[in-house]
Amino acid sequence: MTGAPVRTLLLWCPDWPVIAAEIADGVPATGPVAVLHANRVVACSERARAEGVRRGLRRREAQGRCPQLTVVDHDPARDARAFEPVVAAVEEVVAGVEVVRPGACAVAARGPARYLGGEEAAAERIVEQVAQACAVESQVGIADGVFAAGLAARDGRVVPPGGTPEFLAGLPVEAIGRPALADLLRRLGVRTLGDFAALPAGDVLARFGFDGALAHRLAAGRDDRPLAVRQPPVDLAVTADHDEPLDRVDAAAFAARALAEQLHDRLAAYGLACTRLGIEAVTAHGQELHRVWRHDGLLTAAAIADRVRWQLDGWLSGSTGRAGARPARPTAGIVRLRLVPDGVLARSGLQPGLWGEAGEERERAHRALSRVQGILGPESVVTAVLGGGRSPADQTRLVPWGDERLPARPGPPPLPGEPAAGGAAGSTPVAGGAGVGRADGAGGAGRIGGAGRAGGVGRVAGGAGGAGGAGGVGRGDGVPPWPGRLPPPAPAVVLRSPLAATVHDAAGEPVVVTARLAVSAAPARLTVGTARPAEIVGWVGPWPVDERWWAPAEARRRARFQVCLADGAALLLAVEAGQWLVEAIYD
Amino acid sequence: MAGRMVVGSAALAGLVRPASAPDPAGAHRVLPVAPELTGLLPNRGLRRGSTIAVSAGQPRHSGTTSLVLALLAEASRAGSWCAVVGVPTFGAGAAAEVGIALDRLALVPDPGPEWPTVVAALIDGVDVVVAAVPHTVSASVAERLAARARQRGSVFVPYGRWDRADVTLQVVRGAWEGLGSGRGRLRRREVTVSARGRGAAARPKEIKVWLPGDGLTRVIPRPAASPVGRSRRGALTLVGSA
Repeated sequence: MTGAPVRTLLLWCPDWPVIAAEIADGVPATGPVAVLHANRVVACSERARAEGVRRGLRRREAQGRCPQLTVVDHDPARDARAFEPVVAAVEEVVAGVEVVRPGACAVAARGPARYLGGEEAAAERIVEQVAQACAVESQVGIADGVFAAGLAARDGRVVPPGGTPEFLAGLPVEAIGRPALADLLRRLGVRTLGDFAALPAGDVLARFGFDGALAHRLAAGRDDRPLAVRQPPVDLAVTADHDEPLDRVDAAAFAARALAEQLHDRLAAYGLACTRLGIEAVTAHGQELHRVWRHDGLLTAAAIADRVRWQLDGWLSGSTGRAGARPARPTAGIVRLRLVPDGVLARSGLQPGLWGEAGEERERAHRALSRVQGILGPESVVTAVLGGGRSPADQTRLVPWGDERLPARPGPPPLPGEPAAGGAAGSTPVAGGAGVGRADGAGGAGRIGGAGRAGGVGRVAGGAGGAGGAGGVGRGDGVPPWPGRLPPPAPAVVLRSPLAATVHDAAGEPVVVTARLAVSAAPARLTVGTARPAEIVGWVGPWPVDERWWAPAEARRRARFQVCLADGAALLLAVEAGQWLVEAIYD
Repeated sequence: MAGRMVVGSAALAGLVRPASAPDPAGAHRVLPVAPELTGLLPNRGLRRGSTIAVSAGQPRHSGTTSLVLALLAEASRAGSWCAVVGVPTFGAGAAAEVGIALDRLALVPDPGPEWPTVVAALIDGVDVVVAAVPHTVSASVAERLAARARQRGSVFVPYGRWDRADVTLQVVRGAWEGLGSGRGRLRRREVTVSARGRGAAARPKEIKVWLPGDGLTRVIPRPAASPVGRSRRGALTLVGSA
């Protein structure tokens, strides 16, 4: 093949899965720890090894040898994640790092050896750097080729140039890293890598196939695969420092505009576009404001500038949002602005509609709505997203225009296109007097406790996921069925906060609903606030709901009624803790 | 060459209209509405550039909000963008039920004192703009908004008291069906809508529609028990005798 093997420096962190568990999950690696995959030990700590735990043991066996063993599940993602800082630390000293596997990375030895004054010096420098930056123990091996360097790293050896075949020849054949092959070779009487390397290459290929031939080459020290060097991720964030603190919105917006152009140019240069953008601002006193903006389309330079302006506007002018969630006004001007593109994807260009119509109207509407957002603030233009829930207010979530449209709760949106969930009979179960339970059908997950607390209030466990609820309704895609939600039609007016009301019967007595869901008398008159009483001509209920009883702070237990008034209006009422409320109007 | 031209013109015969032929009522200039409501509107739809007011009426009758939703439904389904200004109690569930595409519907619940600016900005870019009219809207602002809608080709639907509309719709009567005393549930509502206006719509009209209809709440009629049983029994005896 091509040339001699590359002189390689390999950094190896012993027992990396154990160390990664310590870094990620805080399992102390000084104690006896074993990492298991498929009930077999894949790595263990030094203490565990001293107690006799070995790779490949079963869990019971390992625990038998070391009763105080801490067992951790194997998680390759965790190993890789924890190794990332180590690679970054190595990259600070040398360039061109290849991650062989989590726990081992290789670099070409020639550059660092010349720069740092010798191979030993380079190895020491890298080990020291990793220990300082990540507090991780590591060993370095230097040899010709990655395979030999990996074996040298186990002993922390520097194999002299050209000495790799001799170094390998003395190692047992198990070092080849292929247990089945090593086992077979040992039974054939081949005990060291040197014995294996001495076999004729053609015979090895004929007997052991391509993988065997590759192992043969490795054993002979002819590992001429070049390093696959890791490309460090591109730093796309743009930062602007201001010597003069910005304390006026217009000045900040002006700075933001230039920064946005810069970010957009940088993204365009890499052929990327961003869908999520983090905006960070730091004041002279060190306060920080960070917010991530989402956008369902692609953020253009103008859109980025708008968002920076809105955010700074809200912050610098100290206006508290409707939810009061915005931070307090900063105590000093802004000295640093930073834009961090987050959701980056390859830009494939915007595809307009075939006749230019669809895309154009969308663009027009987006422009108009963005302008309104500019006038009133980003949260004032919203779109509604329907999700699961039992009351009209729960089913609707209002998301600011341009953000991702995600429902508040998973669930089937009550759309007319649905094949009328099990026929009309299926959509009326809630109308039964005491029977939310029936809505849940066979899949009621055992929570429908008619005989339990408070009579027939079905304890609906719909929120707890498709645990069993899907059985009755038969939607196979895992969306919770929300038994007990109101039947259509949905009310056209949903009050933001329910209005307190009183309901009297024909005799003038207040109507009450008992814990066992008995209505004291037929409702006859409804009084909302200070208005004149209205006559009730039709009513139905109670439709009980007992939601989130497992979370005391959010638990709501109420019974709902539909009532029809003499003037033709229809209302959705609820009784909660003895208080009548108007929740929505069927207007 | 001539043959190809003949073939081409034959293929285009149904698609191309000579310039002298009448434009079929400017179809592209009219957004569709539900078939039940076409009788109320002068162009049998929402003509772009027009102002179609929905008056709340005094005393208020049940069904006004549903009427607004019904006006938007067909246009939204056909791909138009809609916006609703100043209705914080908007029932999104009801909107979805009548067929409005919620991802093309923007809500501005609290426009505050910027109401005219916001509505004007929306008229610029959105096909149908529904705006709940605040108490005080000066005549000049109203005129400006109507002119803007005319110029931009949007449909402006003021919701509340509005004097200068091309057509004013009002619910005269609304009555729910389906609710008894202690049983049943709301199923459908008969709404009587009146329309009066200027020009082509000057003659007052009145229609009755179901808002909402019973499409979502229809009950499958239960087959009568006795005939089914009898026919089944008859089939069984027939098999036995054979």
